[in-house]
Amino acid sequence: MSRTPLVETRHLYKIFRSQSGLFRREKKEVRALNGVSLTIYRRETLGVVGESGCGKTTLGRTILRLIPPTSGQILFEGQDIAPLDRRTLRPYRRHMQMVFQNPYTSFDPRFTVLKSIAEPLVAHTDLRGDRLVARARELLQQVGMPGEILYRYPHEFSGGQLQRLAVARALALNPKFIVLDEPTSALDVSVQAQIINLLKQLQADLHLTYLFISHDLSVVQHISDRIAVMYLGQIVELSTADTLFQGGALHPYTKALLSSAPIIDPQLRRERIILPGNPPNPANPPPGCAFHPRCPVAVDVCSKVEPSLLEVESEHWAACHLVGKEVGA
Amino acid sequence: MTEPLLSVEDLYIRFKTYAGTVHAVNGMSFHIHPGEIFGLVGESGCGKSVTGLAVLGMVPYPGEVIAGRILFHGENLLQKNRREMEQIRGGRIAMIFQDPSASLNPVFTVGSQISRIIRHHRRVDRHEARALALAGFEAVGLPDPARIFRAYPHELSGGMQQRVMIAMALASGAELLIADEPTTALDVTIQAQILALLNDLRAAQGVSILLITHDLGVVAETCDRVGVAYAGSIVETGPTAQVLYQMKHPYTRGLLEALPRPSHRGKALQSIPGSVPSGLDLPSGCPFWPRCPEVMDICREQKPLPTRLDEVGHRVACHLYSREGQR
Ligand SMILES: Nc1ncnc2c1ncn2[C@@H]1O[C@H](COP(=O)(O)OP(=O)(O)OP(=O)(O)O)[C@@H](O)[C@H]1O
Ligand SMILES: Nc1ncnc2c1ncn2[C@@H]1O[C@H](COP(=O)(O)OP(=O)(O)OP(=O)(O)O)[C@@H](O)[C@H]1O
Ligand code: SF4
Ligand SMILES: [Mg+2]
Ligand SMILES: [Mg+2]
Repeated sequence: MSRTPLVETRHLYKIFRSQSGLFRREKKEVRALNGVSLTIYRRETLGVVGESGCGKTTLGRTILRLIPPTSGQILFEGQDIAPLDRRTLRPYRRHMQMVFQNPYTSFDPRFTVLKSIAEPLVAHTDLRGDRLVARARELLQQVGMPGEILYRYPHEFSGGQLQRLAVARALALNPKFIVLDEPTSALDVSVQAQIINLLKQLQADLHLTYLFISHDLSVVQHISDRIAVMYLGQIVELSTADTLFQGGALHPYTKALLSSAPIIDPQLRRERIILPGNPPNPANPPPGCAFHPRCPVAVDVCSKVEPSLLEVESEHWAACHLVGKEVGA
Repeated sequence: MTEPLLSVEDLYIRFKTYAGTVHAVNGMSFHIHPGEIFGLVGESGCGKSVTGLAVLGMVPYPGEVIAGRILFHGENLLQKNRREMEQIRGGRIAMIFQDPSASLNPVFTVGSQISRIIRHHRRVDRHEARALALAGFEAVGLPDPARIFRAYPHELSGGMQQRVMIAMALASGAELLIADEPTTALDVTIQAQILALLNDLRAAQGVSILLITHDLGVVAETCDRVGVAYAGSIVETGPTAQVLYQMKHPYTRGLLEALPRPSHRGKALQSIPGSVPSGLDLPSGCPFWPRCPEVMDICREQKPLPTRLDEVGHRVACHLYSREGQR
């Protein structure tokens, strides 16, 4: 596979200034993305994992420019789309789509399947009438749904069927890049398998590039070529799925995360690293390495100096003082 | 073998709704021994939560238990009156839920809530209740128990709230803990903490646990025995190793094959065609037959009864193993 970048982020920051008094006594500023730089290559699936609130959804939404970044660059086919406004962004929109976690809330209950799926076509193309219906049927066929459901309503479908429809809608404009934000988390395992197979099939047929967000490590392992591990708004490790899952993880957080997932096959079980404490409050991140208060191997420097994401081996990046050349004092 | 602490026998629960009668639980049977962790696993809507609630006499309106027995220490809980159930609930049998914040009142401190519950179930004064609560917090690994006692629920993370709920159950002397998806809303690193905690409690205090989950990995790592539910009844049950590694029921096999696992990487996953039946419109015969790759004529007509497969209590409800199916 030739490796041309499709999407790149450079020093991407997203700071939410919240008005709510949820974190009293603390500054109401959340660094949801704290300098994220990564490259997503054409036709690959980049998995994103990390604990609740670490910024996965924000990363996906910011890359798609559904929300504006606070600073940094977002390159789509080499063009920086970060500074674009609504109008200049429009030609890029059709190339980048998103599928969300909850299929039940992704559809307007008053709209027929046809109206929902055709919505992006009406907004971005001049397809109308029979040709519009024909395209909608074609999309249904691509996601394995019968064409005769065009005039039915969302409540008539199961979660798995709705997620197929959400994928059909995302495909409507022949996008190049799709952000899949926990697309199977609300589904039963027997149905999850159908959707994962569908996504892989579509990727092969239509040459799609995916950013696949999930907290389910086994799903991410199955579908991803490479995996980015996030902690508190930053990427702490990035490598191939094979490396990370075959014992090659380098960052202490990644190691703990991978060891925490319950495993069915006893011969695949690893020794569990149980992290003490709780994930930190993103409105009040610890100094130095954000992970240091929970890190089982932290040394002095960790609480003082923020480690940077370095390429430790070819194709393998990690941000930890104890990894690679920057060994702690 | 010891007497079971809890046994649910041929339980039926239905909901009369405007859309029709929902048959939520249809002949559910399983038992839990003292000091055992029993996993009740199955897909969304198969009746796990409703069964757990029935044990506490808390089936929500418009649901009703229409048949069956729920024996706790040999006594049928379904025949207890309201006052007796109130005494058992939160006392000898406690329940923790997926969303701990929903079980904690936001306007009272954690300490005042736990003290009240302890005093409802044990004859102690305020100071003793406080001491028991602090000891409970300590036992579940909460840092700085005195601070937690004074805290309001929103000041604690989800994982800490779940620990508080477990501490509450222990402090009031629970023998049976019903944990309904206790880690589903938590991150995996926190899930690992809570599951380790449940395991320790069972070992240290001999608490029995009914662990309701849809995660077979959680079952594999924490449960002694497991029951796989489908459409309101158990299709396969037995020691965890038997059910997960020598599964016999086509549904159990389908579930395990649908899970992404390292050995499946790069291949298409097996999926079970169709979707789970609605309790409004259950198929006759075996509830799994419309999706079953091995369906036979008899499956469409007769519901298979559990067949015992071995001496360790591996049972399966499927005509591939039933006497009727062999003819
Ligand atoms: N619109 C918003 N306003 C204020 N804060 C926000 C907003 N959206 C997200 N955040 C905060 O930004 C941080 C990252 O949130 P995000 O939703 O990206 O996390 P996530 O990794 O997707 O989590 P999850 O696994 O729970 O979906 C969190 O602390 C969150 O509270
Ligand atoms: N209040 C209610 N009114 C009507 N039907 C109900 C009610 N509560 C539950 N049911 C039905 O009972 C059945 C079993 O529900 P239950 O909540 O026990 O499922 P579950 O196995 O716990 O699923 P999940 O994994 O989604 O939590 C479902 O079909 C559900 O629709
Ligand atoms: S009883 Fe029949 S339909 Fe049901 S699981 Fe067994 S073989 Fe399949
Ligand atoms: Mg998210
Ligand atoms: Mg439930």
